[in-house]
Amino acid sequence: MDKTTNILIAAVGGQGALLAARAFGSYACELDLKVKVSEIHGMSQRGGSVVTHVRFGAEVHSPVIEAGTADVVMAFELLEAARYLPMLRIGGTLLVNTQQIAPLPVLSGAASYPDDLLQQFERLPITVIALDALSEAEKLGNVKTVNTILLGAYARHSQGEVAAWHRAIAFSVREQHRAINLRAFDQGYVLAASPSTHAVPTGETGS
Amino acid sequence: MAGLAEACLGLLTGRILVRVAPPEVDLAFGRKIFMRKLMLGNEAIARGAWQAGVRVATAYPGTPSTEITEFIAQYPEINSEFSVNEKVALEIGIGACIAGARSLVSMKHVGLNVAMDPLLSIAYPGVNAGLVVVVADDPGQHSSQNEQDTRYFGIAGKLPVLEPADSQECLDFVNAAFELSERFDTVVILRLTTRVAHSMSAVETGPRREVPLRPHDTRPGKYIVAPAFAKKRRVVAEQRLRDLEAEAEQIDLNRVEGRSKSLGIVTSGIAYQYVREVAPDASVFKLGMSYPLPEQRLRDFAKGCERVMVVEELEPIFEKQLLSWGIPVVGKQRVPIIGELSPEIVREALDRGRTPRLDTSALSDLPVRPPVLCPGCHHRGPFAVLRKLKLHVCGDIGCYTLAAFPPLSSMETAICMGASIGMAFGYEKARGAAFAKKTVAVIGDSTFWHSGITGLVDVIYNRGISTVIILDNETTAMTGHQDNPSTGKSVTGKPAPVLDFVALAKALGVNSVREVDAYDMNALEQVIREEVAREEPSVIVTRRACVLKRDASVKSPPVIVDEDNCEACKICVRLGCPALSLTTSAVQIDPGLCTGCGLCISTCPFDALTQPSPRAL
Repeated sequence: MDKTTNILIAAVGGQGALLAARAFGSYACELDLKVKVSEIHGMSQRGGSVVTHVRFGAEVHSPVIEAGTADVVMAFELLEAARYLPMLRIGGTLLVNTQQIAPLPVLSGAASYPDDLLQQFERLPITVIALDALSEAEKLGNVKTVNTILLGAYARHSQGEVAAWHRAIAFSVREQHRAINLRAFDQGYVLAASPSTHAVPTGETGS
Repeated sequence: MAGLAEACLGLLTGRILVRVAPPEVDLAFGRKIFMRKLMLGNEAIARGAWQAGVRVATAYPGTPSTEITEFIAQYPEINSEFSVNEKVALEIGIGACIAGARSLVSMKHVGLNVAMDPLLSIAYPGVNAGLVVVVADDPGQHSSQNEQDTRYFGIAGKLPVLEPADSQECLDFVNAAFELSERFDTVVILRLTTRVAHSMSAVETGPRREVPLRPHDTRPGKYIVAPAFAKKRRVVAEQRLRDLEAEAEQIDLNRVEGRSKSLGIVTSGIAYQYVREVAPDASVFKLGMSYPLPEQRLRDFAKGCERVMVVEELEPIFEKQLLSWGIPVVGKQRVPIIGELSPEIVREALDRGRTPRLDTSALSDLPVRPPVLCPGCHHRGPFAVLRKLKLHVCGDIGCYTLAAFPPLSSMETAICMGASIGMAFGYEKARGAAFAKKTVAVIGDSTFWHSGITGLVDVIYNRGISTVIILDNETTAMTGHQDNPSTGKSVTGKPAPVLDFVALAKALGVNSVREVDAYDMNALEQVIREEVAREEPSVIVTRRACVLKRDASVKSPPVIVDEDNCEACKICVRLGCPALSLTTSAVQIDPGLCTGCGLCISTCPFDALTQPSPRAL
């Protein structure tokens, strides 16, 4: 079990977590590793949390990551990063897009979006890589590339094989989206080299 | 060129569902994907059906089973459909199997409740060509009204139940199920749970077996359940169960993994994977056939272990059977009965130590992120009006069930598919006409076709004065926008007739059938007031395409807030639209989310909300 890599992807429905999980799956397949991915279909289009578990290694049984054993929590949104942080192992890595999407209780004024999440994360015995992936995606001209930007950051952090990742992403997206996603991946890769762990969170709502 | 040859072989011998690898992708990489494909459990079921020569596949959408039929629909060799409900789906499957075609019927666990009459009624008669019913349970109730355990229904029907534990088994067990079905003349239940149905793991695929049609089964009386015939089949069914028990003793779907003698674990399905993860040294009896159980084999296993535990998700079915055979085991004393299992829960149950955890106590009071009705959803207007009118709302199952939650909070009951209409009539019967005038039943289009018609017939025939609101968004939305008799398309995307609620209601004798624009709150209010007061049955139909399916190029301009006029009274925010937020002194509208439906405008008492014209809706 030591050799199994556990990645938890936490996002708000519609951010493209599924595609990221499948790209992971393709990447691991090429490495001839066993892969299992667990996703819950259902509430994603209604703005709920979407959590995907990706596990790959020499032997994988459970498709679900045991709490406290995730090597990486890849969070597409700040509040979801906080929500699923308990899955991360001590010494693991939190790769987080600092975008904030307010849930309904916050929108209606019944609750407030915590304003100190990044600082809380940094107090824990983990590595925090915080990126403003939404701004980068906007610069690239397509906000839906947040997921591939984060994959690029992961690839850099894990010293993965770029060519293999390129193939995995190409295999996971439609032909007309290939070029932009590969550019997004490369941009994420570059960003992770100089991560901003003190990134100022982006504005309140975003899609 | 070995890689290229094998890739071509893959193309020739097996059908690859997902996009073919593009030319610029390295073929050696592509080959690894071709030959060993990462597949959702549900996709593997579909593939298994295709490989097993299935010709007919029916279903009703229901998480976590829905994708099975969506994948099956891609195979032209299989005549597939989303049926109007699970009972009809199974009856079609039964007819097809008697007529000689291997048939597969899929549903979620509570969908099985709807199909129970045909299932238990065909149990004694048996099958001609194989008939397999795939049922997907939802431990933990991720999206269901309960977490009932489908294994009980195999027991009730004396029908074998198979339980795959990963995607490869999903594919393989479909074939095994058809083989068992035909060999033992029985319907077979293939039982999944969310984590098997919705997890992806590697699958080796194969070619389709063309299974010829069997001759139409005309054995006299076999499929007539009049007691004269059915009593004879009763005896056959009992013997069949004995034969299946003997089969269980040697079937390769059950296997013993002998390891340490100090602990043996009896398990099945996804629980098996958790056991292997946290107790890799334990001996395991993996049940692939959960009913009937192999008594002798289990006894032998237990004899070889110092102690035996049962790790089963949900009900203690294995545990109680083992105990009844005098085999001492520990199960629900340690393993929770409520909710789904997980690796950490199984670790705790097996006393395998504790994984060190981050101290996240400072992050414990986080705002929840509930699912919400989408911006522009046309369910929002009717429920806002019902709340304003303070009516009792008997609701139903669909996206609109979300209206029960704050801030809309305008639904009292939602019990099961189609219940809204009967329940509202029940209110009337208990408390009289005056109460009926303060009550409405609300039901969606797919739900109405599923099981609302019979409720409406009852109200008319039994002289109720119910008011029924049919919310037609021209799709079965919550489960992922499947087609139904209102959408004009079938599961394969081909055109289909659009069935008409209004004509139906009138034909049934409802005199007052009203159609209202769901975005017109004033009209909604007026019509609802009129119809609840009316002392005869009423049907109100709202019809708007689901906002997620609407033509995205036809956009209305987003609504704009005049911050000077806004008094932060929160009335608009209580519509629960995710495009609206009140976190500062005035309401803000996210132009990226706002669809310009204009509902909020009509709620504002201070003229703070406006919209540049024209609305394109």
